[in-house]
Amino acid sequence: MIRFLLQGLLRDKSRSLLPVIVVTAGVMLTVWLHAYINGFMGDIIDTNARFSNGHLKVMSKAYADNMDEFPNDLALLDADSMTAVLGKEFPSVSWAQRIRFGGLLDAPDKNGETKAQGPVFGIGLDLLSPGSEEIERLNLKKSLRSGSLPREHFEALISDDFAKKLRVNPGDKVTLISSAMDGSVAIYNFVASGTVSFGSEVLDRGTIIADITDVREALNMPDASGEILGFFKGGYYDDELALSDAGSFNAVHKSAGEFAPVMRSLSQQGNMDQYVKLSSVYASYIAIIFMVAMSLVLWNAGLLGGLRRYGEIGLRLAMGEEKGHVYRTMLTESVVIGLTGSVTGTIIGLFFAWLLQKYGIDMSGIMKGTSIMIPSVVRAHITTPDFYLGFIPGLISTVTGTALSGIGIYKRQTARLFKELEV
Amino acid sequence: MENGLVIETKKLVKKFPVGKGEFIALNGIDLKIGKGEFAGLIGPSGSGKTTLLNIIGSLDMPSSGEAVVLDRPVSTLSSREAASLRKESIGFIFQSYNLLAVHTVFENVEFPLLLLNYNSADRRKMVNDALSWVGLSDKTRSKPPQLSGGECQRVAIARAMVKKPSLVLADEPTANLDAANSHNILTTMETLNRELGTTFLFATHDEKVISYLKRKIFLVDGRIDRDEVKQNQNGEK
Repeated sequence: MIRFLLQGLLRDKSRSLLPVIVVTAGVMLTVWLHAYINGFMGDIIDTNARFSNGHLKVMSKAYADNMDEFPNDLALLDADSMTAVLGKEFPSVSWAQRIRFGGLLDAPDKNGETKAQGPVFGIGLDLLSPGSEEIERLNLKKSLRSGSLPREHFEALISDDFAKKLRVNPGDKVTLISSAMDGSVAIYNFVASGTVSFGSEVLDRGTIIADITDVREALNMPDASGEILGFFKGGYYDDELALSDAGSFNAVHKSAGEFAPVMRSLSQQGNMDQYVKLSSVYASYIAIIFMVAMSLVLWNAGLLGGLRRYGEIGLRLAMGEEKGHVYRTMLTESVVIGLTGSVTGTIIGLFFAWLLQKYGIDMSGIMKGTSIMIPSVVRAHITTPDFYLGFIPGLISTVTGTALSGIGIYKRQTARLFKELEV
Repeated sequence: MENGLVIETKKLVKKFPVGKGEFIALNGIDLKIGKGEFAGLIGPSGSGKTTLLNIIGSLDMPSSGEAVVLDRPVSTLSSREAASLRKESIGFIFQSYNLLAVHTVFENVEFPLLLLNYNSADRRKMVNDALSWVGLSDKTRSKPPQLSGGECQRVAIARAMVKKPSLVLADEPTANLDAANSHNILTTMETLNRELGTTFLFATHDEKVISYLKRKIFLVDGRIDRDEVKQNQNGEK
């Protein structure tokens, strides 16, 4: 009997191949979309963490209150000692000092006259220490578009688009005009060692990256740092853990002074709180909505499959097959179809998600002018749920649709079979 | 069959609700059909012949009265017992063949035996026998769409006969066939009736079928109007 039913299933393409294709397509889209949403949301958090917020950030209280203005006059003093303390108190976190600053970058011609200038956002970080994790963290080697990474003091990287606008090439001098820690005007010359492109419109618009010791010198900030960023050594941001670490640090460092250190988790900075909540909830919502939609489609497919075989089922009932047996065979068929489609769809969905994770899609063309730090290369992120998520619409909905359509078998009046089978 | 009867109905009534009233499809049918009969229920549309066939085939229940089929009173059968009666003892032939298009001729005929859990060797022998009865031994691997209407109906006969049922119910079996094919089909069924002793009961208003019947039960408005038995050349019924 099983062989007979399998033969029928395999030979009747509209009963096997078509439903399997529909299930496969639905499951593939569900898996791919979930990985894509995860990747997109995670990328935004990751990009913000690496360039701006860290997973944790230690600042002076006053600096924290005005963080968006890069108030380096309120920077932490004796930053090296604080970093050492943090390293002891939080051994699972990697700490890095940063100075963020704004200013004007001037590109002089061969006569020393301004040929072009523009507003610049700067980051001072550890580029020259052997073993510094910052080059890797900001993916500077892969982001390099021309020239080389800074090898000596007074060298800096400039974002590629910005360098083109200023007509600056590697080896050219540029002058930073900014505000020193004491409030005076800071003017400092750098040599552009290379240009970089991060795939983020905000960063690529106008950025200068230099070694933190040069920035300290330029802004007159000896042994001071605006921010000390902490990164979980596991690599991924864990909001619960970050909030716990920040809470325990702040409980210990309760000093009321405005220059006392304070720790903020990524979610406690700017509007990242909303974003972190959004990213976890949003990804789930979108995945659920899509799963429900796919479930309805596949449920319907199961339903139609059952209705389409009205004549065959009628014949089987007339010939003496019990209703329960007919129902069970239909459910078994839908399990076979649902499983085949779910496995195939999951494999294909994971394959496309892997392609998107590895190569990404360059969206920079449509992100010009954006003011938030969104990666312009969109990537997927495959997580454990992607391996089983597709089975919800693929298997459960297909079987549920068949189960519902199969109820008709029990309601069918055998008295009408002669009439129905005349057609 | 204690008394040699395959079918016996007593004061059989079947009513269907129509709006606030009811339609009486069968109105006190008393009928006895013995083993090996080749009989037909004859009448115009609405005369009750398909309704009677449904009750005899345990596909429907009477409103009152009794129908005993192969010693089993239909009105007392559960759904499962009715299915079991059909599966084991009754063969059905439909107007539209109702073959499973994706299965071969062999597999279509084999299906009733799968329901009865025959083993593979027995099934093969029984299917080959059934196909030889209807002259389709060379078409075992063909599929219904590759067959003519007449061949399809012969496959349907083989499917009904393969389990050697005591009773075959045929509802307008030649309605979709031309005269030559109808003759062929009816001759086949007549032969099977004679050689295997299977009881055939038709529901028809087709003259081609009526001419082959040995017993003609005329139904009018749910009642038996006439019950004629064809006499053989010796004048025997």
